[in-house]
Amino acid sequence: MDPECSQLLPALCAVLADPRQPMADDTCLEKLLDWFKTITEAGSSLLLLQENPCLVELLCHVLKPQDLSSRVLSFSLRLTGVFAAQEDCFQYLQQGELLPRLFGEAGPLGGAAWTAPTVRSGWIQGLRSLAQHPSALHFLADCGAVDTIFSLQGDSSLFVASAAGQLLVHILSLSMRGPAEGLPGLQADDWPACAQKIVGHIEESLRSMAAPQITQALNVLTTTFGHCHDPWTQVLWVRLHPLVAALLEKDPVPAAHSLVDLLLSVARSPGLSSSSCGLWETLAQTLSHLSPTQAGLLALGILKLQDCPQALRAQAFAVLLQPLACVLKATAQGPGPSGLLDSTVADSMTADMLLPSKAACVGLLCRTLAHLELLLPLPQRPCPWPQASLLGAAVTLLQLCGGSGSPASDAGRQLCALLLGCVRVQRAALDFLGTLSQETGPPELVTQVFAVLLEYLRSPDSSPTVLKKAFQATFRWLLSSPRTPGCLDLDSHALLFLRELLPVLQKRLCSPCWEVRDSGLEFLTQMTRRWGAQAGFRHALLASEVPRLTEQLLRDPESYVRASAVTAMGQLSSQGLCVPPAIPEHPGGQQSVLGELLHILSTDSEGFPRRAVMQVFTQWLRDSHADVVGDTEQFVAGVLQVAGQDLDWEVRAQGLELALVFLEQTLGPPRSHCPYAVTPPVEAPAGPLTQALQPLCRVRLFEFAFRALFDCDRPVAQKSCDLLLLLRARTASSSSLQEPRNSPDVASVEAALQRWRAGDQAQPLGDLEPEVVLAVLRSMDLEGLRGALAESSDHVEKSPQSLLQDMLATVGILGENEADCY
Amino acid sequence: MKLYCLSGHPTLPCNVLKFKSTTIMLDCGLDMTSTLNFLPLPLVQSPRLSNLPGWSLKDGNAFLDKELKECSGHVFVDSVPEFCLPETELIDLSTVDVILISNYHCMMALPYITEHTGFTGTVYATEPTVQIGRLLMEELVNFIERVPKAQSASLWKNKDIQRLLPSPLKDAVEVSTWRRCYTMQEVNSALSKIQLVGYSQKIELFGAVQVTPLSSGYALGSSNWIIQSHYEKVSYVSGSSLLTTHPQPMDQASLKNSDVLILTGLTQIPTANPDGMVGEFCSNLALTVRNGGNVLVPCYPSGVIYDLLECLYQYIDSAGLSNIPFYFISPVANSSLEFSQIFAEWLCHNKQTKVYLPEPPFPHAELIQTNKLKHYPSLHGDFSSDFRQPCVVFTGHPSLRFGDVVHFMELWGKSSLNTVIFTEPDFSYLEALAPYQPLAMKCIYCPIDTRLNFIQVSKLLKEVQPLHVVCPEQYTQPPPAQSHRMDLMIDCQPPAMSYRRAEVLALPFKRRYEKIEIMPELADALVPMEIKPGISLATVSAVLHTKDNKHVLQPPPRPTQPSSGKKRKRASEDIPDCKVLKPLLSGSIPVEQFVQTLEKHGFSDIKVEDTAKGHIVLLQEAETLIQIEEDSTHIICDNDEMLRVRLRDLVLKFLQKF
Repeated sequence: MDPECSQLLPALCAVLADPRQPMADDTCLEKLLDWFKTITEAGSSLLLLQENPCLVELLCHVLKPQDLSSRVLSFSLRLTGVFAAQEDCFQYLQQGELLPRLFGEAGPLGGAAWTAPTVRSGWIQGLRSLAQHPSALHFLADCGAVDTIFSLQGDSSLFVASAAGQLLVHILSLSMRGPAEGLPGLQADDWPACAQKIVGHIEESLRSMAAPQITQALNVLTTTFGHCHDPWTQVLWVRLHPLVAALLEKDPVPAAHSLVDLLLSVARSPGLSSSSCGLWETLAQTLSHLSPTQAGLLALGILKLQDCPQALRAQAFAVLLQPLACVLKATAQGPGPSGLLDSTVADSMTADMLLPSKAACVGLLCRTLAHLELLLPLPQRPCPWPQASLLGAAVTLLQLCGGSGSPASDAGRQLCALLLGCVRVQRAALDFLGTLSQETGPPELVTQVFAVLLEYLRSPDSSPTVLKKAFQATFRWLLSSPRTPGCLDLDSHALLFLRELLPVLQKRLCSPCWEVRDSGLEFLTQMTRRWGAQAGFRHALLASEVPRLTEQLLRDPESYVRASAVTAMGQLSSQGLCVPPAIPEHPGGQQSVLGELLHILSTDSEGFPRRAVMQVFTQWLRDSHADVVGDTEQFVAGVLQVAGQDLDWEVRAQGLELALVFLEQTLGPPRSHCPYAVTPPVEAPAGPLTQALQPLCRVRLFEFAFRALFDCDRPVAQKSCDLLLLLRARTASSSSLQEPRNSPDVASVEAALQRWRAGDQAQPLGDLEPEVVLAVLRSMDLEGLRGALAESSDHVEKSPQSLLQDMLATVGILGENEADCY
Repeated sequence: MKLYCLSGHPTLPCNVLKFKSTTIMLDCGLDMTSTLNFLPLPLVQSPRLSNLPGWSLKDGNAFLDKELKECSGHVFVDSVPEFCLPETELIDLSTVDVILISNYHCMMALPYITEHTGFTGTVYATEPTVQIGRLLMEELVNFIERVPKAQSASLWKNKDIQRLLPSPLKDAVEVSTWRRCYTMQEVNSALSKIQLVGYSQKIELFGAVQVTPLSSGYALGSSNWIIQSHYEKVSYVSGSSLLTTHPQPMDQASLKNSDVLILTGLTQIPTANPDGMVGEFCSNLALTVRNGGNVLVPCYPSGVIYDLLECLYQYIDSAGLSNIPFYFISPVANSSLEFSQIFAEWLCHNKQTKVYLPEPPFPHAELIQTNKLKHYPSLHGDFSSDFRQPCVVFTGHPSLRFGDVVHFMELWGKSSLNTVIFTEPDFSYLEALAPYQPLAMKCIYCPIDTRLNFIQVSKLLKEVQPLHVVCPEQYTQPPPAQSHRMDLMIDCQPPAMSYRRAEVLALPFKRRYEKIEIMPELADALVPMEIKPGISLATVSAVLHTKDNKHVLQPPPRPTQPSSGKKRKRASEDIPDCKVLKPLLSGSIPVEQFVQTLEKHGFSDIKVEDTAKGHIVLLQEAETLIQIEEDSTHIICDNDEMLRVRLRDLVLKFLQKF
């Protein structure tokens, strides 16, 4: 600890110990604790206490009966734990009887302060920090802390209860660390007393009839198997397994959710060899005992396991598929297997499991769809994957929700009434349908998929979020639609679909709901990016009103829509799919998209459209867009000039991105830094370099970059710094360049930059010569600037000294600091 | 209590309720779908319509070719359109005491009822209902009268000929009762019989029942009605809406505890959500106009159009349609737009508060002010000079058979750039378009019906819990085209009773009580006696006085005074004779104690038999039988009056007298 802090510490401790000086801000206490943690991690706690006796005094002081705030008490408990984590310091505190007085019956445990959850939490966290060595275990046993922790598991505060469970796991693992480590075969009966006590408590809880107790025990076990993978965990599982299995015989199964967590935690634990412990049997049993709503998560967990018996996997998959199989069965036109599950399983279940209430049905279906969606991309997903049936199920669900399904059975009709217009199921099913596009399906089903997607895109009742999902799913299915090998264009079916889709898109682009217009534009951008160069797509798009409507949406009242329209127009224009826009003031007159976008960049009142314009321009420059290639320098100069004055830092940052692209295009690709390159780097001749820099000067790129260097928004300054550093690196090799170091130009530029840095950016730099720029670049401490920018903005105020001063200042001890705090 | 169902149309009801000696007509809707069988009435001579070929029978007989014309495979009657009236034969309509109107769409048959059936009663309706109803009638009469048609076809109505016609003419019901439109004179006379009422106002009908209109949330001034006596309550729910549109919200609470709830006027398009449809309407409108096309919206001059204009008010600027003219053409356009702004007390809370700012409650005022919305009585006159395309035209009639809309259909039908958007749900848009085929114009069907859907009905019924629900038969099963949609029907317990046209329904509840008032001085004289905890009885001697369906117990006349004179004589003439009253008995006879008492009094050889209703005590020696039942005791002895009186007195000892 530095001397300044040592000096401030006694005063601070006095403030903390004084009940008349309440700490208004407990984040200070957290910071203080963090600081002590870093100090004790780096050095001896004992020494710290000896050098700063005020700390022990503080700890002693809080024990006195007084009206001390619960925050300070909690802080002191935690601080004690931090110190006592080191064994010698622990002994030191023990000698003073401080620890039993703080954590034992005599301490806050018995007092009125214990009613505050923060004190109970501090007590647990203190013990958690303290329990690091065998002496701590003895201490815990002596002061009877373990029993208190047991009771805190059921605490009214969830934070306290959860921390108590974790502390138990920690103590169990600590007590097993010493004696049991060397003896993997040590039977549970020979375990240390502390561990025996905890395990005994868990056993008792598992035998209990009360669900909360069972939940607590299961949670402790779940954490244990999740964190400890030592051999003793296997012994523990063998011992507790029968009790866990016995839970399954109760009806309903208590604490099913925690049970699932435990079983999965055990199954995932590398410390356990699953086959020997009867785990697979328990898992199978659990799958069959739990209700479908509870079993889904377990089934997903089992299917995600790497090594697992095939039969169990099949069972888990069947459980997962059950709700969808029910839907298919309830809506099937005739009897017969639905294809999702074999008939023996399918016959035994009925749609009744789905029907009890709308909320239950919707919840189960959404979870099932989400689980299957997670499973699909995994390498260990079940094989064979019932793609066709799943597609059928997703389509059926969407039809039921949209009201176009025509179920024949009564159960189907009831299901239809439950699901009709249900946005949650619609969203989940559309997401799932989209994911299913990774695989193909039988052609007749794919036709149905496109039909149901079109139905959703058309339906006036589709909510904006559903519509967005429908657009996404449509794009994914178009991507996956079969195409002729070697041909990137859409196949004939997809083109037919597109012809039906475009009128719908047209209508959606005119929707009164801006979210709908926005997702329509995003969908158009995606499609154009993917198929913009393909003849079939181009033909269909140009025959529609979509490009013209998109152009009109550049003037939409909603800024998000304008931004999306800018992106879409940028894409359409890149692919030559634009109709020239009409100038509103001169009907019949036309102006280029470039002009329209520049107009938006310089006049739009919202940031999103302007950012979108900058992205489009950067992309155009990269792709050598026809409108840009004509006069690239004029384009870049114009854009940089507008972007430099923008109030939105993202626009300015994007301007630097555009400058970077221009710079790279001007200077050519960077030389290879590959260490295996055969040819040594050739030094660039001086003449061509200054010549190459000329265009950069002409577009006033440097003025833009230098201005950005002193930008008040750090990301802009950082980006500019990176750009200038890159430029300097690229020009560093041209040492033969004549140094105009002493020319007046350089001096005046540097002086101007100084003023800019000070905040006075009124004076322009004027026309810069490449030589001057290079000289200025070399003279600048760009690395230093980058370092300074990399520091977080509060690095000066973050020191512990400042923290202590702030804390003292808030209670008015340091009167002289009062003014500069806020 | 009986319900006579005079209309089969679920949203244009006409029912008669007989309740407690009153005869109440609930609504008199006019089914105008009959006009779809007729050729449109063009405002200016239409060569296309007048050159349609006449229709001839299969055997080539062309005697109907003057009356029936063929267009794109459909046959239409070439005559003045006619309407299908409510049943007039089921009940003598001159006996109807009052007519209760629930909204302006449900009063269009009023002149036929009040002017041609001998009706002498009163019609009750709210002010906006009457005013806007008048506008609708005025528009209808105007549309039909301004294009007089010389020909009136009647041959085809002959039953033997009608059989030979193609559908739908063949299947049209009761064509003989179809009538031409009424005149403005009849309208005025009918409307003069209306008495204005306000929400929650209680109207006494002959002292027998009380009727009260409640806000139904569907249209300006639209109401549901409560018809109640002291012990019975009938609710009539017709055309209600729970959506937040312009009218005052629906009053649900007052419908609670009804014995019978008559439920009519649900949404005609239960699968279309009005919000989605409004979105669809706006999108298609913008799409058409942006492509340089015109939009035609066939509509009524009041109702949904206010909401549409409000949506457009918010939408046109954002959709870049500020320069597109909106035209509203109707003989009553001006009155409709202005009326809507003055009925502040009938509007939803939001709009009411605007009035105090003061601002016009509907934003169409601003549209008119800024010249974005222009209205004209007809397309002749100013409109033809202002007319600019592309534009949006709102005009009637939604059936596309008469009104200015016919002209626009003929004018714009040939271009695929133009769009007709159907927003009124009353007519099948395909049937409406049939005489205009082939049609190049785009057709969009966005029916906006804000009335209750089945989900809302089921919530409403759960909330108000009527004992019985009565509804048109169409609501008790899913629509024929969507037989699997179990959700598209009324689902309640006990199942709803259904009715159809020309049916008489006996409503399933009996009147059990009648309220009788007791005069204070008579009440003072009562001496109640508690016979069970909480139940007291008292005898009363009084005169029941009944007048105007009110019953009052008045004190009996004083006993006749011995003095003589004129006055006394008159009094004795007026007042009926009062007999001396025997005391009333109550209580039950405990058989065992009774037998003991009998024995005490010297009767022996007593036998008791249990019967289904009580006991029989046999006095074998005296050859006497005492039959004791819950509400009677009989002593049967053989002409021994002494014995009977002795036994009677013994029995009476066990009973309380008062």
